[in-house]
Amino acid sequence: MIALNELLGRVRGLDRRELAHWVENRWVLPEQCGDTWLFREVDVARVELINEIRHEFAIDDETVPMVLGLLDQIYGLRRQLRRLCDALASQPSEVQEAVRRALPPSR
Amino acid sequence: MATQTPYEVLGVKPTATADEIRKAYRKLAKQFHPDLNPGKPEAEARFKSVSAAYDLLSDPEKRARYDRGEIDETGAERPRYSYRPHAEGAEGWRYQPQGEMDLSDLEDLFAAFGSAGRARRGRAGGGFGEGFRARGPDRNFTMTVELADAAKGDKKRLSLGPDEWLDVTIPAGIEDGQVLRLRGKGSPGFGGGEAGDALIAVHVAPHPLFKRDGDNIRIELPVSLAEAVSGGRISVPTVTGPVTMTIPKGSDTGTVLRLRGKGIQRRTNPGDQYVTLKVVIGHPKDPELAEFIEKWAPGQPFDPRRGMSSR
Repeated sequence: MIALNELLGRVRGLDRRELAHWVENRWVLPEQCGDTWLFREVDVARVELINEIRHEFAIDDETVPMVLGLLDQIYGLRRQLRRLCDALASQPSEVQEAVRRALPPSR
Repeated sequence: MATQTPYEVLGVKPTATADEIRKAYRKLAKQFHPDLNPGKPEAEARFKSVSAAYDLLSDPEKRARYDRGEIDETGAERPRYSYRPHAEGAEGWRYQPQGEMDLSDLEDLFAAFGSAGRARRGRAGGGFGEGFRARGPDRNFTMTVELADAAKGDKKRLSLGPDEWLDVTIPAGIEDGQVLRLRGKGSPGFGGGEAGDALIAVHVAPHPLFKRDGDNIRIELPVSLAEAVSGGRISVPTVTGPVTMTIPKGSDTGTVLRLRGKGIQRRTNPGDQYVTLKVVIGHPKDPELAEFIEKWAPGQPFDPRRGMSSR
């Protein structure tokens, strides 16, 4: 986990007040530690993502929650799909084969 | 401490034109040039960073790559950040939307995707148009039963949790280590597939009296000298409870008596119980006994060690 100052140095063009706004809106969820924040790697990557969405893609403040909401849903589904795949991979080969046969063609 | 951007080094805005950048550079270069500042290492350091910044920003291609975040202020390739590996990793759960389906309940999963789930009945492994369908996994358990219960068969309740149990029928004659299969008592199937089985490994605990010998039970039974010599009716434990047995007159240690049908309680051809008598004197210091033995002249000479040899 890294502190706020370290994060500001790591993410180019990151503005302290803007970041505070993102945290207030719960777009990023750092850990509160005394009067400062600590950021996990996932939080740092998310800050980079929001920075990119906001400035390079010129998405305005009102639209960011929608974009993040859709992304969170996709990644949530992908995490669940991975769990399901891991569970399937641990099954005997007959079960895997049965599942493979039962999968309807996708197109 | 954040490193300065090349724009900051040159004191220009990121939107500065090439001309503005060139002007800013010339001004700073003149100010900090080592030849104009002999013996001032900080000026030399400043001159170097100004040159490096100008080197980067004066090249339109490098400047564009820097602006896109592809290279850092030294011109080195900058690793492209990616949110995906974090979002899909374990850390990603931090940003899991509220109220999303939980995979641990398959019914929830089927509901989330509108699958018919268990309602679908079809042959396993069907082709196009059939739902996902698979037999549930088996579940493994162990239980211990007494030899007497194993011999006569029993019904046991196997507790799996605070409010989950299995009623298990122990067949008469179950062997130690035998595995009972309770069909359909394993984990539920997927998409209407049949449930798995419960597999119960049964351990038969040894008994202090009863010994198993195939379908028969063997037991060693102590009898008194009088019972052995004169015979009598005595009570004998069996796997189904005590029974009365007649000891014939003139029995001895090692005499084997059979209790028909008192062994393993198979429905057809149940085993027998074999009772091996063991004569015990009981009170060998009894003076009456000593007196009797002294007066007793055996009718037939007897050597209990006949045939024994130290060879």
